[in-house]
Amino acid sequence: MRYIALLTATRPDTPPPPELMEAIMKLGEDATNSGALVDQAGLSPSLFGARVGVAGGELTVTDGPFAEAKEVISYAVYDVRDKAEAIEWTARFMRAHRDLWPGWEGESQVLKVMGPSDFE
Amino acid sequence: MGAADPALVHRTVEAVWRIEAARIVAVLARLTGDIGLAEEIAQDTLVVALEQWPRDGVPDDPGPWLLATARHRAIDQIRRRQNYAAKLQLVARSTTDTDDGGYDAVLDEGRIGDDLLRLIFTVCHPTLPAESRVGLTLRLLGGLTTAEIARAFLVPEPTMAARLTRAKKALAGVEFGLPPAAELAPRVQSVLATVYLIFNEGYAATGGPAWVRPELADEAVRLGRLLQGLLPREAEVHGLTALMELQASRLPARVDPSGRPVLLPDQDRRRWDRLLIRRGLAALSLAGSLGGGVFTVEAEIAACHARSRSHEDTDWERVAALYEVLFHLRPSPVLRVNQAVAYAMAGDPARGLALVDAVSGEKSLRDYPQLPAVRGDLLARLGRADEARAAFARAAALTRNEAERSLFSSRAVAP
Repeated sequence: MRYIALLTATRPDTPPPPELMEAIMKLGEDATNSGALVDQAGLSPSLFGARVGVAGGELTVTDGPFAEAKEVISYAVYDVRDKAEAIEWTARFMRAHRDLWPGWEGESQVLKVMGPSDFE
Repeated sequence: MGAADPALVHRTVEAVWRIEAARIVAVLARLTGDIGLAEEIAQDTLVVALEQWPRDGVPDDPGPWLLATARHRAIDQIRRRQNYAAKLQLVARSTTDTDDGGYDAVLDEGRIGDDLLRLIFTVCHPTLPAESRVGLTLRLLGGLTTAEIARAFLVPEPTMAARLTRAKKALAGVEFGLPPAAELAPRVQSVLATVYLIFNEGYAATGGPAWVRPELADEAVRLGRLLQGLLPREAEVHGLTALMELQASRLPARVDPSGRPVLLPDQDRRRWDRLLIRRGLAALSLAGSLGGGVFTVEAEIAACHARSRSHEDTDWERVAALYEVLFHLRPSPVLRVNQAVAYAMAGDPARGLALVDAVSGEKSLRDYPQLPAVRGDLLARLGRADEARAAFARAAALTRNEAERSLFSSRAVAP
């Protein structure tokens, strides 16, 4: 089963502590070597993105940045046996933030990617 | 941390367990020198977690918690066993091996990597029967329960339990260790063959009602990735993982909504898993740069399909040529059957039929349903409909897969 974890947080003014980056690299390596982590990337600030919407029959394109305090910071795609495993890998990632970046707050949404088993 | 919803904690324990099981058993096997004992202690540790975590809360670092708890129990066991004078050999081992530098050293990644390799090479030892290697690999490296493995192989749980017990007994005669350099190649081959057996049991089930059992295929793909991390310089490790990822990319298109098999020519390629294709191609290029081998060439063939927009657009000349390479690396009459399909697609069914007819007398292919099925297809392409019908009827009679039988039966009527 495939899950995608989307990390949402307030984009900080200062770069993350090197210890956190180190811990994230290590965790990524563990998850990759377990065969669980199959894709991941950090996402640039919304300044570099855009929104394309449809409302009232109109298509609108709005360039970033956007005013929201919180942005999607990164994503990770896990190939695991069940939701509990996806939660466990995500919890490890969030725990590293909590322990190594005082005051940091954020949220990861763990979403199941639809696959053949969803149509059985 | 306080107590939480017991059902949720239970699921967490099991998830952490499956993630960590291989590493825990591997470390314990090094400490005790006995895989059977290592598994017992690992199971005890799981029981401890299932008792404690719902009561005290999930520990802050659940993975290391399991490993540390398991290690303490192992050292306890060894000390107890030291009291038995008869266990002289174990005493000798324990005085050297339990002196592992304590908690931090147990968590040392390089060392755990070696422990994992030792475990993998041991449970996939070529002297063990394939059935044992498969069962032990899923149990000890995949962290699956006996019930889960039994379900995957469609056998009753007591049957699988007995099979695993036999396998563990057979392990007693196998030395727990890394193969010497001179034996590395055949030992790696035995590991890869075991993983590929698991994959194929999921990808093209040989028995039972379902044509695919994705959970087994997924398990094998994850094992392949694990091996990539442990043996990064072995070309064929990447070759096998590439092959499995490329084949698994087709799983979403391999059955229709009613569960019937959809063969490669008829698959809706828009349903192929692009992420797995991308990963498979990357692993394949790594395998190629390291020298390749049989699995790498097979992955090259799978890549020809992955890169093509349609069945017709496939570079069939290249596929046929790759089968020739494969035949020289590992001669097998089955390859000729596959190569015949490629010639048929390249517009030369007569050349394909000649290849198939040349191997049709092979004893090993006597009960191989694909032989008459491919022959039937070639005959149909050559306009020899009556002979094609007979061939498909034979294929339907030979296959043990129910879904495949219905496919062949329909072509026996309308080839």
